[in-house]
Amino acid sequence: MFHIYCPYCGEHREENEFRPKGQAHIMRPKDPESCSDEEWADYLFFRDNPKGIHHEMWVHATGCRKFFNMTRDTVSYEILEVYKMGEQPKITAASRVVGGEK
Amino acid sequence: MQRYSGFGLAKHALTHNENWQRMWRNPVPKKKYDVIIVGGGGHGLATAYYLAKECGVTNVAVIEKGWLGGGNTARNTTIVRSNYLWDEAAALYEHSMKLWEGLSLDLNYNVMFSQRGVLNLGHTLQDMRDIQRRVNANRLNGIDGEVLDAQQVKEICPVLDCSPNTRYPVLGASWQPRGGVARHDAVAWGYARGADALGVDLIQQTEVVGMRIEDGQIIGVETTRGFIGAETVGCVAAGNSSVLAKMAGIKLPLESHPLQALVSEPIKPVLDTVVMSNHVHGYCSQSDKGDLVIGAGIDGYNGYGQRGSYPTIEHTLQAIVEMFPTFSRVRMNRQWGGIVDTCPDACPILSATPVKGLFFNCGWGTGGFKATPGSGNVFAWTLAKGVAHPIAAPFSIDRFVSGKLIDEHGAAGVAH
Ligand SMILES: Cc1cc2nc3c(=O)[nH]c(=O)nc-3n(C[C@H](O)[C@H](O)[C@H](O)COP(=O)(O)OP(=O)(O)OC[C@H]3O[C@@H](n4cnc5c(N)ncnc54)[C@H](O)[C@@H]3O)c2cc1C
Ligand SMILES: [Zn+2]
Repeated sequence: MFHIYCPYCGEHREENEFRPKGQAHIMRPKDPESCSDEEWADYLFFRDNPKGIHHEMWVHATGCRKFFNMTRDTVSYEILEVYKMGEQPKITAASRVVGGEK
Repeated sequence: MQRYSGFGLAKHALTHNENWQRMWRNPVPKKKYDVIIVGGGGHGLATAYYLAKECGVTNVAVIEKGWLGGGNTARNTTIVRSNYLWDEAAALYEHSMKLWEGLSLDLNYNVMFSQRGVLNLGHTLQDMRDIQRRVNANRLNGIDGEVLDAQQVKEICPVLDCSPNTRYPVLGASWQPRGGVARHDAVAWGYARGADALGVDLIQQTEVVGMRIEDGQIIGVETTRGFIGAETVGCVAAGNSSVLAKMAGIKLPLESHPLQALVSEPIKPVLDTVVMSNHVHGYCSQSDKGDLVIGAGIDGYNGYGQRGSYPTIEHTLQAIVEMFPTFSRVRMNRQWGGIVDTCPDACPILSATPVKGLFFNCGWGTGGFKATPGSGNVFAWTLAKGVAHPIAAPFSIDRFVSGKLIDEHGAAGVAH
C-alpha cells in the first residue's frame, strides 16, 4: 500500500484516494494537423515503460481531485519525489546513475 | 524421448520409479543458432516446438533468465476461451482453441485441458446487448456460444447468486461450452519436453542483456553467459518486452503492470465451470485440488515488481463475495503477482521490427495464456518464413501508426 504525499493538500494519504494516470510530461502536439502519422502514433500510444525510474501522473481522485507528478522506481516501487504539474523532476534516471546509487 | 503411457506407468512402478528420464537436457549454449527465442514462457516454448516440428527449423535456442514457465505462464489463472468480438482476434484465439483440443495427445503430455465452459456474466442492459452482439459475431466465425438468461445461468452454476436482490443482479451471460482451464505448468513443461526432443536447446538461468545489430540486421544477443549468435531472434518476454526493445533501440506501445491472483484453501467441489464478470470485475474457477482460483484487474500503475497492492486484492474479493456470498468465509491461502504487458487495443503484437531479423511476440497483457498454442504456432511460421503468418499479420506493430487497431477493450467480456 502506497502512502502518497499530495503536493496540493500537503498531506500523506492512502493509495485508495489516488489514481495513477500514466507517463508524465507528454505534450500534446501543438499543431496535430502537421504531425506525421508516426508522430501522432508516438503521442497517442508509445510509452517509455522503463524498468527503474519513472515519471508519472497521479490524480488525488477522492481528495482535492488535482493532478500532480511523481517519480517512482518501478521495481522497488519506492516513491522518490512528488511535484506539481508544470514542474520538472529533480531525480531522473541520468541523475541517479551519476550519483552512483542506481 | 521417453513416451508416457499407462503401460509405462505400470512398468516404472515395478522398477520403483527409478528409471524416469529427465524431461529435457541442460545444454551448454552453442556459439550460433538459426533462431533464438528470448523468453522461456509458454509462448516462447510453444514457438520453439512448432519451429522444430512444423517448420523444420531445429537449430533453435530458447534463452530464459529464470526457469522455464516461471513468468506469467505459471502465475496466471488459466482461463481458456476464444469468444473474442473482432474477426482478427477470433481467428487467432480460435486457432489456439483448436490446438488446445488436441494438445495433450500431440505433446504426449497431459496438460489437463478441461473444457468445463466459461460464463461471461451480464449485469446491465448494455452488458446484455454487448453479449448478444459478441455471441452473434462468434457464431458467424464458427465459434460456439450461447446467450443465457439468469435462470439458465443459475442452472449451470447454482452457487452463483442470481437473485434479483443483489446490488448488480445477474441478467444473463454468454456461455462458451468449449472454454475452460488447463494446467499452466504442464503446458510449459509439455512444450519444453517436446521441443527438447526435437533438438531445441533450452538455456535457463541466462539473461539477455543486449542485442548485437550490424547494418540494421540482428546478429545475436549478449547474455550473462556471453554472446550467442543468430540472424533471427524472436522476443517473447511478456512484461519485460519494453526492456528488450530498448536494447534494440525500439519503442513498443506497451505498459507493464502488476496483475494479481489468489487461491483459497481447498474446499469440496462447488464450482465446475468458469465464471467471469466484467461489471463487478472478478472471476473465479475451482482447481482440481479444490482451491478457488480468483483474479480481477491490474494494478493501475506501471510496475515490474511481480507483486501488487492490497487495495486491488480487496476490490477483487469484494467482487467475488458479491457474486458468491457463500464464499465469504473461505480463507485465502496464497496471493501473487505477474507483470503483464498491456497494449492500447488489448490485442497482442506479433510483428517484425525495423531491425531485420528481430521479431516481437508480446502485448498479450492479462489474457495470453489461452493463446499459448496458437501464438507459438503462428509465430514459429512467421520466424521461419520471415513474413507474417496470415493469422498474425493484422497484429503487426504498424497498426498503431495506420490506425487499424483491433479494439477488444471491453468487447471481449472481461479482460482475461
Ligand atoms: C495473475 C495473472 C492472471 C492471468 N490470468 C489469465 C487467464 O486466466 N487466462 C489467460 O489467457 N491469460 C491470463 N494471464 C495472462 C497470461 O499469463 C500471459 O499472457 C501469458 O502467460 C504470457 O506468456 P508468455 O510466455 O508470453 O510470458 P511469460 O510466461 O511471462 O514468459 C516470458 C519469459 O521471458 C523471460 N525473460 C524476460 N526478460 C528476459 C531476458 N532479458 N532474458 C531472458 N529471458 C527473459 C521471463 O523470465 C519469462 O519466463 C494472466 C496473467 C497473470 C499475471
Ligand atoms: Zn490532494
